[in-house]
Amino acid sequence: MFKKLAISTVAAVTLATGAFAAGGEGHIEDFDFSFEGPFGAFDQNQLQRGLQVYTEVCSACHGLKFVPIRTLADEGGPHLPEDQVRAYAAQFDIYDPALDEDVPRKPSDFFPESALENAPDLSLMAKARAGFHGPYGLGINQFVKGIGGTEYIASILTGYTGEEKEQAGVTFYENTAFPGGWIAMAPPLYGEDVEFADGHDNDLHHIAADVSAFLMWTAEPKMMARKQAGVVGVLLLTLLSVLLYMTNKKLWAPHKKKH
Amino acid sequence: MGGIPHDHYEPKTKGEKWLHSRLPIVGLMYATLTAPTPKNLNWMWIWGIVLTFCLVLQIVTGIVLAMHYTPHVDNAFASVEHIMRDVNGGYMLRYMHANGASLFFVAVYAHIFRGLYYGSYKAPREVTWIIGMLIYLLMMATGFMGYVLPWGQMSFWGATVITGLFGAIPFIGESIQTLLLGGPAVDNATLNRFFSLHYLLPFVIAGLVILHIWAFHTTGNNNPTGVEVRRGSKEEAEKDTLPFWPYFVIKDLFALAVILVVFFAVVGFMPNYLGHPDNYIEANALSTPAHIVPEWYFLPFYAILRAFTSEVWVVQIASFVTGGIVDAKFFGVLAMFGAIAVMALVPWLDTSSVRSGRFRPMFKWWFALLVIDFFALMWLGAMPAEEPYASFSLIASAYWFAYFLVILPLLGVIEKPDAQPATIEEDFAAHYGGDADKSAE
Repeated sequence: MFKKLAISTVAAVTLATGAFAAGGEGHIEDFDFSFEGPFGAFDQNQLQRGLQVYTEVCSACHGLKFVPIRTLADEGGPHLPEDQVRAYAAQFDIYDPALDEDVPRKPSDFFPESALENAPDLSLMAKARAGFHGPYGLGINQFVKGIGGTEYIASILTGYTGEEKEQAGVTFYENTAFPGGWIAMAPPLYGEDVEFADGHDNDLHHIAADVSAFLMWTAEPKMMARKQAGVVGVLLLTLLSVLLYMTNKKLWAPHKKKH
Repeated sequence: MGGIPHDHYEPKTKGEKWLHSRLPIVGLMYATLTAPTPKNLNWMWIWGIVLTFCLVLQIVTGIVLAMHYTPHVDNAFASVEHIMRDVNGGYMLRYMHANGASLFFVAVYAHIFRGLYYGSYKAPREVTWIIGMLIYLLMMATGFMGYVLPWGQMSFWGATVITGLFGAIPFIGESIQTLLLGGPAVDNATLNRFFSLHYLLPFVIAGLVILHIWAFHTTGNNNPTGVEVRRGSKEEAEKDTLPFWPYFVIKDLFALAVILVVFFAVVGFMPNYLGHPDNYIEANALSTPAHIVPEWYFLPFYAILRAFTSEVWVVQIASFVTGGIVDAKFFGVLAMFGAIAVMALVPWLDTSSVRSGRFRPMFKWWFALLVIDFFALMWLGAMPAEEPYASFSLIASAYWFAYFLVILPLLGVIEKPDAQPATIEEDFAAHYGGDADKSAE
């Protein structure tokens, strides 16, 4: 009886947890990202392209206040050389209270906050939105696809229909991915908004995916290390389980044979 | 050890005798490890070890997290991000702690339902059961306050909703709510006291766990047959039991290792699966999330809380009889705590003379329905408060109370139990005689 219960436990827990974010939501397109699945990893070049899109387009309004600029040099992330990180940091000013004036940022400083009051900070956006709730809200495809925050962002960026409407003096733009269908953010990307040094594709679909991948990294910079720890943990514990299973079997054998 | 005859520790050397006459701690450890344990325990008896592991895991990871966390409304959210980005292994610590809470509750629910099925709460184990219920209550309080600490949107609004429940208590409710919050609304004072209590309560739990273990070591373990270990002589007792070490330690460790494989897969590959995306948005008192949903382990009782709206006739009668003192909101709060209270009182509500559900043909079905009911409530707690979920919640809540208050007392009278084995040895031989394979049940 308890075996059956255990199975229904798993089913019901997944049912209950996956279900709560379900509701009238937009259409999320399933992009393929290199970091999906237990063995997925960030694509360093894609992160660098995404950084470029963020810097040239998104940063006009949005900030990344929880991300230290120095982490751009981290392995597993964009992995920029130190001097490039220094140069990158210097393009943003920061107020220095000791000098009472604005000075260029250092790598140890954080990315600037949002320039526009209504523009949310993007540091954690890829974790603060969930694109997938799975069939019937089960949500277990997280295991292979992640929580779908990146897909949500990419779908928003590519989901504009071109329709606009004005409500109480604010312009709203129709977007197939946004819950409710109308978003206050004007279409930020149209395709070919940025030129990549290596000549990589810069159509809308590609740059939307690139900047979404970059925002997954800003939200979860330690994802690679975490997955590695997961693989090691699962392997070692599986080995331990096998050894303990055999120990247990041998230990109990004499008591289970007597008749 | 439960009056089960067994060997005691005898200090041999001079040093051992010296210590033993001053502090019999070696004897205590000896007694714990050699505790005669019914040899027919099945795989549902492994959750105690899992729970002990969870408590240690939560305390160890929690203490290190507290070294890097800042309990202030301006810095709490950023300090969690600091842990995730800059603290060595901080992302693992935090994800293990957050998912560790879920494992803790998975294990405690399995443990509780095991007790409910096999009648582990029945005499003489009522005190073990009551202490267990206290531990469960403290776990819920600790888990709730822990979820507030990251200071995300769900933290803030969850705290607002749950502390609001206490405000529903007539006359003294508002004072209690203010005391909990440290002011009129969820703010820095709330965060500070929740952090303080979140750090304190696990140690209270640890103390109660020791009492819990002491209590069931006094009565002896229950077992799947519910038949007591024979206590006539040591030889007789040894036919029904095996020492805790190594038989049950190894068995439990094997089960724990298997569970940890799943745990590490969740932590490593989908650590935010059981969380809510909204909690990665910093708390904002001016913006209410579309759905405020508690953590999954509160959902069954959250569903009961919401089931009793002012349209329900029981609520209307209660309101009429008490002259409006018991309104729908307070009734919901009473129902939620009542749902846990009836579970705590089950040793006196179950009238059956047979302990284990294995030998109770009618009980089995009602119990299975209770388990389904529990998961139905969990699902309903996550659904929006609208039809048809509201009606389902009411039906499911009604069954929860009916099981404890009506079905269990009646079953003891009308049910004709099946024949039980005379001894544990007999049950064990029937299962494993000549067969080296060990099945789960």
